[in-house]
Amino acid sequence: MIKMEYYLIVSTLMFFIGVYGFIARKNMLAILISLELILNAVEINFAVFNRYLFPGSMEGMFFTLFGIAITAAETAIAIAIIINVYRNIGSVNVRKINKMKE
Amino acid sequence: MDFSNFLLMQQEMSLMAVFVILFIYDVFCSDKGKQWFQPIACILFTLHTAWGFLPALTGEAFGGMFVNSDMTVIMKNILNIATLLVFLQVNNWLKSHDTVHKRGEFFTITLVTLLGMYLMISAGNFMMLYIGMETASLPMACLAAFNKYREKSAEAGAKYILISALSSGVMLFGLSFLYGSMGTMYFSDMTAQVVSEPLMIVGFVFFFSGLAFKLSLVPFHLWTADVYEGAPTAVTAFLSVASKGAAAFALMFTLYKVFGNIEVVWNPILWWSSVITITAGNLFAIRQKDIKRFFAFSSISQAGYILLGIIAGTPLGMNATVYYVLVYVFSNLAAFGVISAIENRTNGNTLISAFNGLYKSNPRLSLIMMLAVFSLGGIPPFAGFFSKFYIFMAAADRGQFLLVFIALLNTVVSLYYYLLIIKAMFIKEGDEQSVDCFVTDGYNKISLILCTAGILAIGFLSCIYEHIGSKVDLFNF
Repeated sequence: MIKMEYYLIVSTLMFFIGVYGFIARKNMLAILISLELILNAVEINFAVFNRYLFPGSMEGMFFTLFGIAITAAETAIAIAIIINVYRNIGSVNVRKINKMKE
Repeated sequence: MDFSNFLLMQQEMSLMAVFVILFIYDVFCSDKGKQWFQPIACILFTLHTAWGFLPALTGEAFGGMFVNSDMTVIMKNILNIATLLVFLQVNNWLKSHDTVHKRGEFFTITLVTLLGMYLMISAGNFMMLYIGMETASLPMACLAAFNKYREKSAEAGAKYILISALSSGVMLFGLSFLYGSMGTMYFSDMTAQVVSEPLMIVGFVFFFSGLAFKLSLVPFHLWTADVYEGAPTAVTAFLSVASKGAAAFALMFTLYKVFGNIEVVWNPILWWSSVITITAGNLFAIRQKDIKRFFAFSSISQAGYILLGIIAGTPLGMNATVYYVLVYVFSNLAAFGVISAIENRTNGNTLISAFNGLYKSNPRLSLIMMLAVFSLGGIPPFAGFFSKFYIFMAAADRGQFLLVFIALLNTVVSLYYYLLIIKAMFIKEGDEQSVDCFVTDGYNKISLILCTAGILAIGFLSCIYEHIGSKVDLFNF
């Protein structure tokens, strides 16, 4: 059986790649994809901890399921808002979203 | 299944009832009937608020997932009052051409947001806390982007949804470590198991950062100014009081209930973030030209003061924090009520210069603004002074003298920039751009009168403070 540490390495890498992408990407859709990486890393964490450390209960798995559902809702709303931004500004580049900077 | 659990969810149930009624009304009503939407929403919500003051059952429901105590009831009542005041202020804005066809949506979405805040406060399990937080923040992004044809509003919505998703991701990452080290997500089971192990500290720090985004503590505050400026004024008002209040309550509950054992760990973290938040919020507020941006930074520094009560970690601190949020609701909503009245008159101009000479043209509005600003700054006869006093007292009680001293110094700084508004209203002469004399609509008048009464009375009615104090239940839930 694969050791738990390997899963955790993958999930931690995914999390920090996501954080890097969130900061470094200029396209809002790419930022959204980075967010998905972050949230999926978390869900891997929950599932792995549950499977390896606490196989008697299902709490982590439930958390994963709820997390997936909420993430989907979040993505839907975010895409709707990004489309609205595109209609208003004609671009999804975050550099263009600076109407309120002094 | 045991349905008696639902009896504990008295406020949630009545909120859902209001939501369903308004939703059905919105869907099936003719356009003509919709002009009664605002009064009906206000009346229903007033009933709901009154219902919240009735004695409630307390205890745990659904195996400890949901906790209702006397304290959570008080907090929900405070949020109810905030939402009611916001509902009263939206009339003029919702009647405008952009939003008139979707005014029902504003009320229903706001109610769902409020439901999320209830769940956040009443959570007895981190999953519940997470679901509540998301239920509160996803609709909030829709509200921020509510003015569909305004660039600024779309921008604010995009910024809010991306940042709130990031913050919940960061928070969940911390929670996954906490779960990995303890094997449970129930507050009551975790309390005994929390020790200052590296994994738990990492988990706690990530979790705290996630909530700090919601509470807009420095250095997680960068979204605040933009979202506050871009969102419609009523939404900004709701965001600044209800969302912040709920996040503060949730932070307080988790810190006391779950992380009580590792106070040594979170005390310095909160200490530093409190000092930095108050100072940075104050310093950045000074250079703002836009009044909504200005109040964004003012609300950041107010969040720092709220932390002062949380850091105490005593019943006194909890009492002072809840009281502080109550007073903050009234003061801030009075200010935003005036801002939305002015904004409607000036076609969306929210620069501080729009307030020039306001005393000459609209003496009553400028007096209310003055009361609000004095209360936020903490000038003696008004409620803000008492709330600041209690919160300093709670922190000093635990020996945090240096922190209280820094906060006091910052109060002086905050007086400077609050007085800039007073100066614009009373001393500067108005020009042709400033507003002429006008009459605010009836709803907004009611809300401003309620806020003024709150600012003037709450400080002197010490029974309110004592009532909150009598319901404080720190560790037995």
